[in-house]
Amino acid sequence: MGYKAALKIWRGDAGAGQLADYDVEVNEGEVVLDVLHRLQATQATDLAIRWNCKAGKCGSCSMEINGRPRLACMTRMSVFSPEETLTITPMRTFPVIRDLVTDVSFNYAKAREIPSFTPPPEVKPGEFRMRQEDVNRSQEFRKCIECFLCQNTCHVIRDHAENEGAFAGPRFLMRVAELEMHPADIADRREIAQDDFGLGYCNITKCCTEVCPEHIKITDNALIPMKERVVGRKYDPLVWLGSRITRRGAKDTPAVPGGR
Amino acid sequence: MTQATEAPARTRAQISERTLRKDPWWQAPRLVAALLTIWVLYATVRVFTGHWYYVPKYHYLTPFYSPCVSGECVPGSSALGHWWPAVPPIIPYAVVSLVFVLGFRLTCYYYRRAYYRAFWRAPAACAVREPHAKYTGETRFPLIGQNLHRYFFYMALVIAVLLTYDAAQAFRGPDGNFGFGIGSLILLANVILLWGYTLSCHSCRHITGGRLKHFSKHPVRYWIWTKVSALNARHMQFAWITLGTLMLADLYVMLVASGALSDPRFFN
Repeated sequence: MGYKAALKIWRGDAGAGQLADYDVEVNEGEVVLDVLHRLQATQATDLAIRWNCKAGKCGSCSMEINGRPRLACMTRMSVFSPEETLTITPMRTFPVIRDLVTDVSFNYAKAREIPSFTPPPEVKPGEFRMRQEDVNRSQEFRKCIECFLCQNTCHVIRDHAENEGAFAGPRFLMRVAELEMHPADIADRREIAQDDFGLGYCNITKCCTEVCPEHIKITDNALIPMKERVVGRKYDPLVWLGSRITRRGAKDTPAVPGGR
Repeated sequence: MTQATEAPARTRAQISERTLRKDPWWQAPRLVAALLTIWVLYATVRVFTGHWYYVPKYHYLTPFYSPCVSGECVPGSSALGHWWPAVPPIIPYAVVSLVFVLGFRLTCYYYRRAYYRAFWRAPAACAVREPHAKYTGETRFPLIGQNLHRYFFYMALVIAVLLTYDAAQAFRGPDGNFGFGIGSLILLANVILLWGYTLSCHSCRHITGGRLKHFSKHPVRYWIWTKVSALNARHMQFAWITLGTLMLADLYVMLVASGALSDPRFFN
């Protein structure tokens, strides 16, 4: 049973734009992306949307639907009442290329700054063996589809663009945590997690966890454990004393040179 | 020769509305602010009252006055003795524990989320613009002090042991032998839930096993970590329930101590 949905869609480029009104047919079982495609096919042929898999696995169709950061392909129209007007805007944190498509290259720049996986030099490819319990934690973080909804919703950069240089965002702090928990990694990224990637800016209000379409517990399983590791490296006098006595002082790994 | 033109600088979408959310996002922070304010007001009044904190007949001591170390504490309420003869009224009798209990809750990862959202509105809700012009998070004084949470956790363990002793004392009847009433059960439930809150702490999760890279090399710590992690998933619930049980336990002891209520006894 179809109905006509009222849509307000942000149209524009280079930051200048406005909400445009449309009425678009909706059929049973459809998601927001289906309706946007129908709009594109019938009324707004120049509407720009980024999409790919339509299955919540490529992370392309991130946008804000009624003010909430979501994947358009995973948002069923049935969660809205037929009388409701849907307001669809691009992700607010990233620069607009056109309409609902944003430039997310900020995230790729941040990814390049993180020292990559560093196995012990004496271990040759194929030699290392890991038990399942050692990799469970990292595997949760590998579910990330890089939709960047967490980056978009994090108020540290969403509401304060001036922090973009100092703060890597939840997705990349989670990447640091993933490598720090990896049993075959010998680098120590705790110092740079705080000083270069801005872990201290995170005030654990859990918005990244709330919007994650893969239901990764970013705050509880990555950011807070990483904060605790940083405390052990930088703020805990007992741990510092213990490392002096046992002479197991940490060798900090620097951020990738030229990354910023 | 043609001159290359640069692409215009890209900027964020200029949307003036603070948020376009249509759900009642303001309800949760308001509710949290109201509940925390009520609790803090109640606790503040009670710790400075200086009366009705101990029931000598049944050995009930409210958690807000444990350990009662001031010389003014009523006989029987000072399990650790009197550390000083008397204190000015602005210092609670149990100041030695209240500082750490307050610090443990203030630096708790769950409460931080709750009060940053409810009071500081940074942010009040997800995708709702916060009202502050600048934001430095927990990188500077005083909020960098949140990193002391694990030390408050160590002290919270000691205080939990002390409250367990108090709960055990509440299972003594008027003659000093075993006996219990409703108050004993309330104090027991309170201390069990307090242990749940303390052991589900994120710092506890890190210390017991989270800091390891190789779980397979430390099977015992890994096992403990899995149990603490299971508790940790309920940390928020423990945080709220224990606020309620602390208030209930104190209120009950106050009512019995003041004579407003008689404690129904099951045995002795």
